[in-house]
Amino acid sequence: MAEIAFRGVNKIYPNGFQAVHRLDLSIADGEFLVMVGPSGCGKSTTLRMLAGLETISSGDLLIAGQRVNDLHPRARNIAMVFQSYALYPHKTVQGNIEFPLRMAKLPAAEVKTRALEVARMLELEPLLQRKPGLLSGGQRQRVAMARALVRDPVAFLMDEPLSNLDAKLRVQMRAEIAALQRRTGTTTVYVTHDQVEAMTMGDRVAVFKDGRLQQVDTPQQLFERPVNTFVAGFIGSPSMNLIAARMEPAGGGPGLTVAGERIALGRERETRFDLTADEAEGVACIGLRPEDVVDPQLVEEDRRLHGRVALTELLGREQMVYLDLRDGTRLVARLHADRRLKAGDEIAVGIDPARLYLFQADGRALAYR
Amino acid sequence: MRRVVVYMLLVIFAMLCLVPIAWLVASAFKANADFHVYPVVPPVERLTLANFTSLFTQMPFLRFMMNSFFVAGATVILQLFFSSLGGFALAKYDFAGKKAVMGVMLATMMIPGPVLLAPMYELIYHMGLIDSHLGLIVPGMVNVFGMFLFRQSMLSVPDEMLQAARIDGCNEFQIFWHVVMPVSRPIVGAFCLIAFMGTWNSFLWPQIILQSSDRFTLPIGLNQMIGVYEADYGAMMAGTLLAVLPVVVLFFLLQKEFIAGLTKGAVKG
Repeated sequence: MAEIAFRGVNKIYPNGFQAVHRLDLSIADGEFLVMVGPSGCGKSTTLRMLAGLETISSGDLLIAGQRVNDLHPRARNIAMVFQSYALYPHKTVQGNIEFPLRMAKLPAAEVKTRALEVARMLELEPLLQRKPGLLSGGQRQRVAMARALVRDPVAFLMDEPLSNLDAKLRVQMRAEIAALQRRTGTTTVYVTHDQVEAMTMGDRVAVFKDGRLQQVDTPQQLFERPVNTFVAGFIGSPSMNLIAARMEPAGGGPGLTVAGERIALGRERETRFDLTADEAEGVACIGLRPEDVVDPQLVEEDRRLHGRVALTELLGREQMVYLDLRDGTRLVARLHADRRLKAGDEIAVGIDPARLYLFQADGRALAYR
Repeated sequence: MRRVVVYMLLVIFAMLCLVPIAWLVASAFKANADFHVYPVVPPVERLTLANFTSLFTQMPFLRFMMNSFFVAGATVILQLFFSSLGGFALAKYDFAGKKAVMGVMLATMMIPGPVLLAPMYELIYHMGLIDSHLGLIVPGMVNVFGMFLFRQSMLSVPDEMLQAARIDGCNEFQIFWHVVMPVSRPIVGAFCLIAFMGTWNSFLWPQIILQSSDRFTLPIGLNQMIGVYEADYGAMMAGTLLAVLPVVVLFFLLQKEFIAGLTKGAVKG
């Protein structure tokens, strides 16, 4: 087990495309770090640099304090689970699990004991003599996990290991992997494009976009204190509404103009931002999560937005309401299903300043209090 | 109706292909005196095994056969090793000048073999390999066609599998040996058969290189029979029959993989 550190790491491909920009990221010993972001954001490239499958253009990669930039993958003692599982089709399940140990030239008896131990842990015992071609997706996934686990590596790397599974299995495996990681205590770096996976599994989550690390924090912090509009919009499902706005005094205190309507903000200094700071003048955008849209009856009149219902989606106890505000801006609200709404209805929704996020023109969040 | 016609045509074609073989088998059991009397099959009581006995008693047929097995075996093993390794490199690694190398390789396939006989002879002469089995094996060690065959097949081996092996502790050769080769089994079977037939039946080059009769391979040995033993056609046919057998046996052994391999190279990659 070991600590991993990226120090100013860049990845530039021969065609000039820069996949990773000056990455600084430390992963603590035993930590479960999830790297998340849309496709092409550099998260997989980062993982592959860590594995040694991609060269590092500049900067340093340290594992347990040792610079490993130029080390062959096999010298790094890391284990990896691939999206396609990458099992050896000509070997049985047992052969697959034993392979890394055989390559390490361990004594045959130990190879066998360790493989059986891991197979038992992952409930693969009945399948040991089968070839991967005869296994279901979930079983293959388990074999890939077993092959990684059997080695006692310094770190596990997982590249979207669940994306080929059906929804139900994915949820199940998600919990299993997280539990397994806690049990083994091995440093784990997990790549996914699914923010739900990221939020549920990681001790910390690193959000990437366009090859740049946007924010790395606990899931809770990412959700509550996103540093910019990208993280705000990416984390949380359904996505946060991001609506153009500007600061204007309203009702004697600080206020916002949103979609042509005034929202009074800070009579009780109740927002999570320091609105006295100079940069508060630069607010260009508000963020509002659909579930934070409140009943208009619960707020004062100067904290309401009005619009026309464009579409509703019933989710059972709740409904997603797509609202066109007065200036045509789209707002998505998650409201109680009791409120009977249909397309064309003119309604008001309440805004709770405490739940608002404020962003500047360059997308950065205002300083949190 | 259409079906019947198709089958009839197939049967006729099969017969056409089988006639020379049937003729060969029949001739191998004919006495020399009957060769021009009974063009095809003589009466059963006139059939004889004398051709086979004379084959083994009056000439070093066994020696020829062993020579052929040695040369073909060694060539196939070396060709398999170098062609698959070359194909692996071309399929799975990027290196400077790769396209140029492949272009040159392809170009060598377009040069007719006989054009190369003289320079090749000179080369082998200077290497001191005239009249030796090495003189047959060395020029056959690398097979461009084989490299392309393996390249085509190995293109379909997923990169992630190679990367998994790399992380599991393999060096690059171990990846080739433990992962890529076992997965390429069908093409290995097909290639072995093609390479074996090519070397086993090879006539012109051994004829040029070999001088001592104790080093002759089968085709050269059989050819020799025409002059020395006043065209002992019976023995020659018996020898030919025995020479064809290993190829047939090998084909049946590798048949499944051979056919899978040929189509694999065609549709993938």
